[in-house]
Amino acid sequence: MKHRLARLRLRINHGLALLTGNPRADRVVPPSGHTAMLTSLTAGAMAFLAVFALALSLATGRLAERWSGALAKSATVRISAPAEQIDRQTSKVLEVLETTPGIEFARALTEDEIRALLEPWLGPDLPVDSLPLPQLVEITEADQGFDADGLRLRLQAEAPGAVLDDHVRWRMPLISSANRIRSLGLFSLILIGGATAAMITLATQAALAANGQVIRTLRLVGAEDSYIARAFVRRFTLRALIGALVGAAFGTLAVALMPAAAEEGAFLTGLGFSGSQWAWPLAIPVMAAIVAFVATRMAAFRTLRTVR
Amino acid sequence: MIEFQGVTLGYAGRELLSDVTMKLPAGSFHFLTGPSGSGKTSLIKLCYGEMTPGAGRVEVFGQDLGQLGRNATAQMRRRIGIVHQDCQFLDHLPLAENVALPLHVAGHEADDTSLEELLAWVGLSGQAGALPPALSGGERQRAALARAVITSPDLILADEPTGNVDWEMSLKLLRLLTELNRMGKTVLVATHDMNLIRAAKPQVQARVLRIQGQKLQLAGADL
Ligand SMILES: Nc1ncnc2c1ncn2[C@@H]1O[C@H](COP(=O)(O)OP(=O)(O)OP(=O)(O)O)[C@@H](O)[C@H]1O
Ligand SMILES: [Mg+2]
Repeated sequence: MKHRLARLRLRINHGLALLTGNPRADRVVPPSGHTAMLTSLTAGAMAFLAVFALALSLATGRLAERWSGALAKSATVRISAPAEQIDRQTSKVLEVLETTPGIEFARALTEDEIRALLEPWLGPDLPVDSLPLPQLVEITEADQGFDADGLRLRLQAEAPGAVLDDHVRWRMPLISSANRIRSLGLFSLILIGGATAAMITLATQAALAANGQVIRTLRLVGAEDSYIARAFVRRFTLRALIGALVGAAFGTLAVALMPAAAEEGAFLTGLGFSGSQWAWPLAIPVMAAIVAFVATRMAAFRTLRTVR
Repeated sequence: MIEFQGVTLGYAGRELLSDVTMKLPAGSFHFLTGPSGSGKTSLIKLCYGEMTPGAGRVEVFGQDLGQLGRNATAQMRRRIGIVHQDCQFLDHLPLAENVALPLHVAGHEADDTSLEELLAWVGLSGQAGALPPALSGGERQRAALARAVITSPDLILADEPTGNVDWEMSLKLLRLLTELNRMGKTVLVATHDMNLIRAAKPQVQARVLRIQGQKLQLAGADL
């Protein structure tokens, strides 16, 4: 336990040393000029893309939650029957609903309410009386939910004109496509991370190859691999961090400048962060730095092993 | 200090050393000589593990180099002062930092006055701030020798340390090596300069190893 703590402390010190730096260990590797810019630039571009992938995942996550949350709690029974039967069937339906477990509340909509629902489509001067309008019964679901198939069978037996619409029919495809988009967003984040790791690995290998003489000389005078690797690791980690900070900042700004979400959170305008989610983009530069650290370290140690 | 047991070494079919067995005791001073291309540099590289023998074993400080991991190899090299035949510097760092490099990689700070003294000893006081590519061949060799001795190592392996310097400077560098040997360091110098070997005779009890026909001969009579 004590041993482990000491090791942890050593790790932390190593991490801090990485940020504060050992100027001497850094200087043993010559500065690399414009290729350094390329690393930062790529890291920045990746971070910019990562912000959008993140925003997409979070937005679709919110959307799916809203759809499955708000809509899951409500259902409708529509009763279409000849005018003389409609009242009888409606009271049958209400009876059935009252005795169905999992239904908190059921209420037949009044004629005015039905008219209000139809108004946007059919206009205000609707001759309701002369139209065979269906009766609508609004159901509020209890937390545990009800057995829709069982209810359908019972309704069919009691009131042949009654149709249960639990919104599943159109809700499910929406939720599943929202979830699909969300998975794609997360997958994109993983791809971006992988591409960043690959890019940093290539850049590190190029830097190591260009500095063969430096590495041989350092080995000659007794430098351990970790000493040599440190200069490379620190450089690439800092470049990735700085590039990703700038890229993520621009990405976040771009998301913030998207048109505000409409009332109902229309899909495209809903792309963005809400509340504490605005802190998420901050994780991107941190992740970029971690990815760069690990990738550079692995590439450096692998390459150094080829120099005696 | 250095022990070879049945060491064989070759490049792509051509054998340089075959079944070489030798022992350099601690505190000894040896010259290594032989025709150009006979394998002097290769033998020195075997001694600090830059090359590994095709067969046999090499022991330095009582450690079998074939058994050492990478970090242990690095630790072992900190106890050896190596003058590489091509010197090998960090070309972007000034000479003084290059000379102090063995201290820095071992986590020590260079003492400025002893660094200056050392540079003065090899006649490079004026060049402390110069970059290695801007130095002459002889200046680079002197700097390499200074770097090799800055940690006061137990063992000094010098590959042609006087190859590019005038006679006077050669004698001065030889003097540095014999002084270090007097202080108890083990020294192995590869050279094909017989005059240098002769000049060493009054200063130090040196023995001469000669590579000939892939074998190592003790040619004490050459002195
Ligand atoms: N890395 C290598 N690959 C292939 N052959 C090599 C390699 N290094 C050295 N050789 C060959 O091994 C032989 C011995 O080389 P080495 O450098 O040990 O000779 P040397 O005795 O130090 O010569 P010199 O006196 O010219 O410095 C040479 O013929 C050389 O071509
Ligand atoms: Mg040689």
